[in-house]
Amino acid sequence: MSTPEDLIHVAEELEVRSAEAGVRLPVTRFAHGSRVPGWDRAADLEKDPAEIPGVGGSPSPEVPADLRAEIEAHMAKYPDRRSAALPALAAAQRVHGWCSPQALEQVACVMQVTPAYLDSVATFYDMLDTTPVGRHSVYVCTNISCSLCGADELYEAVRAAAGDDAEFNVRAFECLGACDIAPMASVDGVYVGPLSIDDVPQLLEDVRAGRPVLPEKQLARRLVADPHANSQEFPLHPAEGGA
Amino acid sequence: MAAAAPPILLFTDIDEPGLNTLEVYERRGGYQSLRKALKMTPEEVLEQLKASGIRGRGGAGFAMGTKVSFLPKGTMDKYLVCNADESEPGTFKDRELMQKTPHTLIEGIIIAAYAAGTNRSFIYIRGEYVLQADMLDAALQEARDAGYIGENILDSGLSLSLVVHRGAGAYICGEETGLLDSLEGKRGNPRLKPPFPAVQGLYQGPTLINNVETLSTVPTIIGMGGEEYAKLGVETSTGTKLVSVSGHVQRPGNYEIELGIPSREIIYGLAGGPQVGRKVKCWFPGGSSSPVLKEDDLDIPYDFNSLAGAGSMLGSGAIIVIDDATPILDVAMKVAKFYRHESCGKCTPCREGTNWTVKMLERIDLGEATPMDLEIMASVQEHIIGNCLCVLGDAMAMPIGSMIAKFKDEFEEHIEAARMRRNLNVGGI
Repeated sequence: MSTPEDLIHVAEELEVRSAEAGVRLPVTRFAHGSRVPGWDRAADLEKDPAEIPGVGGSPSPEVPADLRAEIEAHMAKYPDRRSAALPALAAAQRVHGWCSPQALEQVACVMQVTPAYLDSVATFYDMLDTTPVGRHSVYVCTNISCSLCGADELYEAVRAAAGDDAEFNVRAFECLGACDIAPMASVDGVYVGPLSIDDVPQLLEDVRAGRPVLPEKQLARRLVADPHANSQEFPLHPAEGGA
Repeated sequence: MAAAAPPILLFTDIDEPGLNTLEVYERRGGYQSLRKALKMTPEEVLEQLKASGIRGRGGAGFAMGTKVSFLPKGTMDKYLVCNADESEPGTFKDRELMQKTPHTLIEGIIIAAYAAGTNRSFIYIRGEYVLQADMLDAALQEARDAGYIGENILDSGLSLSLVVHRGAGAYICGEETGLLDSLEGKRGNPRLKPPFPAVQGLYQGPTLINNVETLSTVPTIIGMGGEEYAKLGVETSTGTKLVSVSGHVQRPGNYEIELGIPSREIIYGLAGGPQVGRKVKCWFPGGSSSPVLKEDDLDIPYDFNSLAGAGSMLGSGAIIVIDDATPILDVAMKVAKFYRHESCGKCTPCREGTNWTVKMLERIDLGEATPMDLEIMASVQEHIIGNCLCVLGDAMAMPIGSMIAKFKDEFEEHIEAARMRRNLNVGGI
């Protein structure tokens, strides 16, 4: 079996050879020699298999009562308790800020599954964070329709304006299903758009101050585009759920 | 064609304040179709759905009535799942329906459950739709309190539970079997078919999966009668359809159209077309998974078979318009990067094919590509199609393949220009 040192050696040799042939610039590599991260830690075969926390003598973690009640309520809705994995992880993420090992262990304890099972689920979904993130999420849609309307520039502007403020989790997101208000963003779950770069300071200021974000630009207040849909004039929808 | 006002079935006064509440919905005749359906036998309801000719509004366009009839008879646990994952880029019609008239969907689910003989139902809504899921939850509570959901609904002997299940951000969970795995609390990996979900779906039981728009149309079909509904639209594409128009148009948004009207009427008539002075370069007729069409194709009737005949598809009814100022390479890159990100990684042709397509497009942009690369890229697409468990890979391969075929000159120009640029830079060092 090759060690990371061997791999680095092979990688270096490859680079020397390609440099001699005069074709390629050296490629950047991780310390373990590969161009992709991970795979550098061997499985520890001595370790015992993962256990369900609190079962068979394994230590039972302290679970906040509210979180436990919420997860149990979700589990009761389905014929199979494991169906509650997504809502349970989302609930734990709200409590802990992200799907931390501690959060996974608490959910695992209530749901009676292994933390590894929940880890496999959490790593699959974009909205479950497996690394620490800012408290306020700003998802800027950069998919095709939004990017045709300038979403990439908007995303850069939001990132620049948020800077290194640890409160914000600014992400470029795949289609959020609101191409009618392109370019748009989902700010802590509230859809706002169409946004211009000038709106960015106000948007972040509203989040910092805990106010409803750009109320006049919220999707909740928008009428349908189809001119034939409404037979009479209706006032704007109240910003239900958004504010 | 333009003289008469188009028929509006789903969007009737959709912005009426309070339509999301049971009170206003019932005042407007809500849940009357359910009462009518419960007086019929399930077979009669199914006959109405078949007679309506309605085809699934989610993407595949499969006849709904036929799908319902695939469910086995018997008294085992059967499931109905409403696919509200709406994540096809460019699609946002279900969002408008669920947010503004959630009871229409709930009523449709109950009627469909009655016809199919299912006793448990789920709405799988994408996690990003926070407001819409809250609306559905509130409406569901009202429906439960009013006795529309639960045991022995309206003394008909029908019992049905309904759960609103929130996803957590994954395009693949809009694929029916990926959705089922996700609903079972797993990673959303698609399953091998057959067995199809109608035979072995959620929790291994028979499962009917339908899109929000399809189910929301069911009360209308029962209300007006299947045959009456079938008079709308054209022979193989009956009824009305919600289309989401976005991209380079002046009035992006949702429109309800009668199937079979010219596409030009939607893009220019309803959505206002591109900005003045710009022309349509290409358009996706059914979300970013559909092969692109060009300006010459604007007069194709907007219905399932006509678009299929033109080498594309109606898909989810999401029209994305791209004007002539946008390089086709940028469009291809966005599309390919999306599918690379969303590929679940289970099948090799999709996982590797999406990745290599992005890399080859980047090579073009960096000036490292040769014209031969276009052929290689086209062959990569051909090797994805039909070789995976689900159609996510195909969903990239079809539009990218069509772009390479239809905009070959532009790609070649781009390759040459980028190479020149690169050579100049290298020479300058």
